Amino acid sequence: MPELKDNPFRQRIAEVFSEDGEGNMTLDDFLDMFSVLSEMAPRDLKAYYAFKIYDFNNDDFICKSDLEKTLNKLTRNELTEDEVRMVCEKVIDEADLDNDGRLSLEDFQHMIVRAPDFLSTFHIRI
Amino acid sequence: MPPKRKSNISINIEDVGMEVDASDSGSEVEARRKAKNRRAKPQRKAKRVSDDDDEDEEEEDEDQSPRKRGRKKKAKPRDSEDDEDEEEDNRNVKRKSSKASRKKAKDESDEESEDEREKKKKGASKKDKEESNKEKGKGKGKQGKDVGAEKDKKKKKNRKLSSSFEEEEEEEEKSDEESLSEGEMAALKEEVEEKKKLIATLRNKPWRMKRRLTLLKEAQDFVEKFEGALGKGKGRKLFAFKVMMAKKLIKFKRDFENFKTACIPWERKIKDVESHFGSSVASYFIFLRWMYGLNMVLLGLMFGLVVVPEVLMGLPYGSIPRKTVPREEQATAMDYSVLSDFEGYFKYSILFYGYYNNERQIGLLKFRLPLSYLLVGVGIFGYSLMVVIRTMARNANEGGDGGDEGDFTFSWKMFTSWDYLIGNSETADNKYASITTSFKESIVDEQMNQKDENIHLRRFLRVLANVLILLCLGGSGYLIYYVVKRSQVFANMNKDDLTWMEKNEVEFVMSLLGLVCPPLFEAIAELEDYHPRIALKWQLGRIFALFLGNLYTFLFALFDEVNAKEFVKLTVSDIQVTYLTILVGDFLRAVIVRFLNYCWCWDLEAGFPSYGEFDISGNVLGLIFNQGMIWMGAFYAPGLVGLNILRLLSSMYFQCWAVMCTNVPHERVFKASGSNNFYMGLLLLVLFLSLLPVVYTIMTLSPSFDCGPFSGQEKMYDVVMETIDQDLPAFIGNIFLYATNPGLIMPAVLLMVLALYYLNAVSKGYQQANIDLKKKMQMARDEEKNRRNNKDSTNQVMKDLEDLLPNKSLIPPAAEEEPPPPDVVVDKGSRSPKVKPGAAGKGVHLQRDVSLAAPNPRDPVTRDLGPRRGPPGNAMGPQPGPGKGRGGGRGGGRGGGRGRGGPPRP
Repeated sequence: MPELKDNPFRQRIAEVFSEDGEGNMTLDDFLDMFSVLSEMAPRDLKAYYAFKIYDFNNDDFICKSDLEKTLNKLTRNELTEDEVRMVCEKVIDEADLDNDGRLSLEDFQHMIVRAPDFLSTFHIRI
Repeated sequence: MPPKRKSNISINIEDVGMEVDASDSGSEVEARRKAKNRRAKPQRKAKRVSDDDDEDEEEEDEDQSPRKRGRKKKAKPRDSEDDEDEEEDNRNVKRKSSKASRKKAKDESDEESEDEREKKKKGASKKDKEESNKEKGKGKGKQGKDVGAEKDKKKKKNRKLSSSFEEEEEEEEKSDEESLSEGEMAALKEEVEEKKKLIATLRNKPWRMKRRLTLLKEAQDFVEKFEGALGKGKGRKLFAFKVMMAKKLIKFKRDFENFKTACIPWERKIKDVESHFGSSVASYFIFLRWMYGLNMVLLGLMFGLVVVPEVLMGLPYGSIPRKTVPREEQATAMDYSVLSDFEGYFKYSILFYGYYNNERQIGLLKFRLPLSYLLVGVGIFGYSLMVVIRTMARNANEGGDGGDEGDFTFSWKMFTSWDYLIGNSETADNKYASITTSFKESIVDEQMNQKDENIHLRRFLRVLANVLILLCLGGSGYLIYYVVKRSQVFANMNKDDLTWMEKNEVEFVMSLLGLVCPPLFEAIAELEDYHPRIALKWQLGRIFALFLGNLYTFLFALFDEVNAKEFVKLTVSDIQVTYLTILVGDFLRAVIVRFLNYCWCWDLEAGFPSYGEFDISGNVLGLIFNQGMIWMGAFYAPGLVGLNILRLLSSMYFQCWAVMCTNVPHERVFKASGSNNFYMGLLLLVLFLSLLPVVYTIMTLSPSFDCGPFSGQEKMYDVVMETIDQDLPAFIGNIFLYATNPGLIMPAVLLMVLALYYLNAVSKGYQQANIDLKKKMQMARDEEKNRRNNKDSTNQVMKDLEDLLPNKSLIPPAAEEEPPPPDVVVDKGSRSPKVKPGAAGKGVHLQRDVSLAAPNPRDPVTRDLGPRRGPPGNAMGPQPGPGKGRGGGRGGGRGGGRGRGGPPRP
C-alpha cells in the first residue's frame, strides 16, 4: 500500500487497527482498517479512529505529548521547540472544552466534525 | 396489563440473568453482549411492555409450539431454556412486525387490535429490526436457522389469540402448509428487505470485521433462502446492478473532478511553489495565471476580430504605401539593429496600427475592419474592467465567510492536514513541506496576535516611517520632474552637442530610483514592525506610488506624438530586464553561493550573500505595470497582446523554475490574504490610468491621414457614426441621438449615484450584521466551553463506538485493577472504550448486578443517568452504593449500566 508507506502515522494506524495492538494485523483487521478509511464509513467512526491514531500513548486522551508527536511527524521535526510548544498550546486552547488540559474523545469529535477537510483527507481508496 | 406486569418482569429478570450466565464463557462474547445491551437501551422500555403480552402468549402457545417447530424442516428444536431466553428479544421484535403486517391483512377483535396498535407504536420501527438482526448475529448461529420457525410460531400465536376465529384459522393453517398466507408473505418480504438493507449498509456499521462477516453471511443466507420462496430472485440481481451502477457513478464523478483539476493550468506547479514557499509567493503565481487568462481573452478579441481578418482578407503586403517599407529604408529593413528597434519590416506589419487599411469593408464577408478595430480597442477596456471588478467582488465574498475558521485553525491543521490518499513519496515530501509551511504561517500570525508591546513607541515609529517614506517619494518625484524638464530643454538642442549622459538622463534616473527606492522602503518598513502580510501591502502601495512617477514621465515625454513603437520596445526591454535580473540576481547568486561556499572564508549560505528571497512586491508590480502598458499600447499595436501572451507564458515557467531552484523561502513565511484583492485593486487603478490617454486620443485627436484604419476620418469614432447612418435602420440612429442627449444622461448618472449610495448603505448594514453574528458565535462558543463540564452526552453513536477498540491489553492491567482515585474518576468522567481482559470475571458479576438492578422500575432514579460520568469498566470502587441495585449498575459502568439500567421509569 503506497498510501501507507508514505503516511507519517503508518505505525500508529497499524497498531490501532490490529487486534493485538502491536501492529500485527490479521486479514480481518486489515479489512477493518479499509472499511474505516473507506469513503462510506460514517463520520463519527472515522473521527473515533482518528482519535485513536493520534492518541499515541493509548490513555484515551490526546495530551500534550501526543500532540507533539503528531506535529513532529507531520512536519518532520522542522519546527523549533518553541514553535512546537506554541502550536500544542494553541491546539489545546482551541479544542479543549472542559479545560482539563488535554483532548478527550468528545473534544476531539466536537472539533473534527467542524473541520472542512476531515472527511476528504481521512480516507484511502483501493 | 398493569397488574400482570410485575410477575412478567420477574420472569424477565430470570431470563436476563440466565443470559448473563450463559455468556460467562468468554470476555469477548461478554463485550459484545454489553454492546448489545447498550444498544438495546432505547428499546428497552418498549420491549418490556411487549414482553408482558408475549409472555402470556407464550404460555398459551406452549402446547402448540412443538407442532410449529415440526412444521419447519430446518428448524432446530428449542429444547433448552437458554435458547428461548436468547431468542426472547428477537421474537418480541419480530412478533411486533409480523403482527403489524398481519393487522393490515386481517380484521381482528378490538382487544387485540388495540394491543397491537400499542406495540406497533412502540416497536416496529426500522431501528428495532436492525437491533434484532444485530442481536441475532451476536447470538449462536442457530438463531438464524430458527428464524423460520419463529415466524410460524409467531403467526400461530397471533392466531391463537384471536380465538374467535380459531376454527377457521386451523383450517387455514392446513392450507398454509402448501402456500404461505398473505400476511406471512408480507412479513417475510419485510424481513428480506430488512436483511437486504442490512447487507447494503453493513459496511457503514461500526462493528468489527468478524461480526460483520457473521452477520453478512447470515443475512445473505436468509435472503437467499426466502427470496426464492417469494419469487424475488430477480430483485437480487437488480439490487446488485443498482449497487454496481452507484459505484460506477461515484467513480465517474471522482474522475471527472480529477479531470477538472487537471485542466487548471499550472495547478501542480503552483502547488509545488506554495508548499515550499508559502501562500504569499504562490499568490503571485496565481495572479500571473489570472493575468494569463485575461490576456488570452484579449488576444482572442484582438486577433480574432482584427488581425486575422486583416491578414486573410485585407490587401497583402506591398500593395499600398502604408503596407510597404519605403524605398530609402529597404536596404536596412532587415538589419537586426533595425528590427530590434521595431523599425524596418516590423514597422510595416500587422503588429502596428499603421498597417491597417481604411477600406470600409474588406473581403468577401464585407468585414467592416475599421469599425471592428475601434470596437475591439474599446471592448478590451470594457472587458478588462468588467473582469477585474467581478473578480474583486467575488474575492471579497470569499474573504467574508472565512471568518469563523479561526476557531480551530491549529487543531484542524494538526489533525486533518495529512491527506491519507497520498501514495507517492514525492507528493508526500511536498505535503510535508506544505504542512510545515502552513504551520509556520499560522505561527507568524499567532505571534503577531500575542505580541503586546509599547504601543506609543510603535505608533511613533510608524508615523516616523511614513514621514520618511513620504520624503523619499517627494524627493524622487521632484527629481523626476526636474530631469523631465531638463530633457525638454535638451530635446530642443542639437543632438550632437549632448553627451550620452544627457541624452539618457531620464531613463538613468528612473532606473536608479527603481533600484534604490524599494530596498530603502523595505528598510524603513522595519521600523513599523507590521505583520508581513500588511507590510507587503504597504510596500506595494509605496512602490506603486513611486512608479506612478515613472508613468507620469512616460506620458509626459511621449504623449504628444503617440508612438506605438515605444510601447512595444518598452515591453520587450522590460521582459529582457526581468529575465536578466532573475538570471543574474538569483541564479548566478545561487550558483556562486552554492559552489564557492566550499572554498570561502565565511559561510556564504548562512552569511552575507546567502540565497535570494522571492521578491513578491517587485514582481507583482512589474506584472501590473506591464499590463498597464499592454492596455495602453494594444490600441496602437495589436501585436502587443500576442507578445504579452508569450511573455506571460514564458515567465510562468521561467519564474517557477527560478523560484524552486534558486530562492529560499522568506524568513517569516506568511499567509497571503484569502483574496489577492489588493493586487486587483492596484490593477484596477492602473487600468483606469491607462484607459484615460487611450480614450482621450480616440475622442479628441484626429487620426493621421496616411495610415491606420481611421485615416481620412475627422475623428476615430466617426466610423461608428458612419455605420449607424449607413448600415443600420433609421430608428436606431434616432435612439442613439436620444441616448446622447444631455437631458437623458444627467438623470441616468443621478440614478446611478443614488443606486450606488443605496447599495453602499445596504452592504454596510450587512457588514455590521456580520460582525455582530461573529461576536455572538464567539460568545456562544465560550459559553459552551464553560458549560461543557456539566453536560452529558447521550449520543448513541458514541456509545456504539466504545466497544470498538481492538485491543484490550494496551493499558497495563496492573494499573487497571486498582480503582482510580475518586477525583480522577470525576475528572475523567469519560468513556473508556476498552474492556480489560483482567476485569472479565469481575465484569460478569457486575453485569449480574446490573441486570438485577435494572428491572425495578418503580424506584425513583436518584442519580443522574450521566453516561459520560460513568467511570471506566471496573471502576466501581469509588462509586457510591455499589452493592445493591442501581448504584452498582451505574458503577458497573459502561456496558451493563447503560444498557440495563437505562430508563426504567414506569
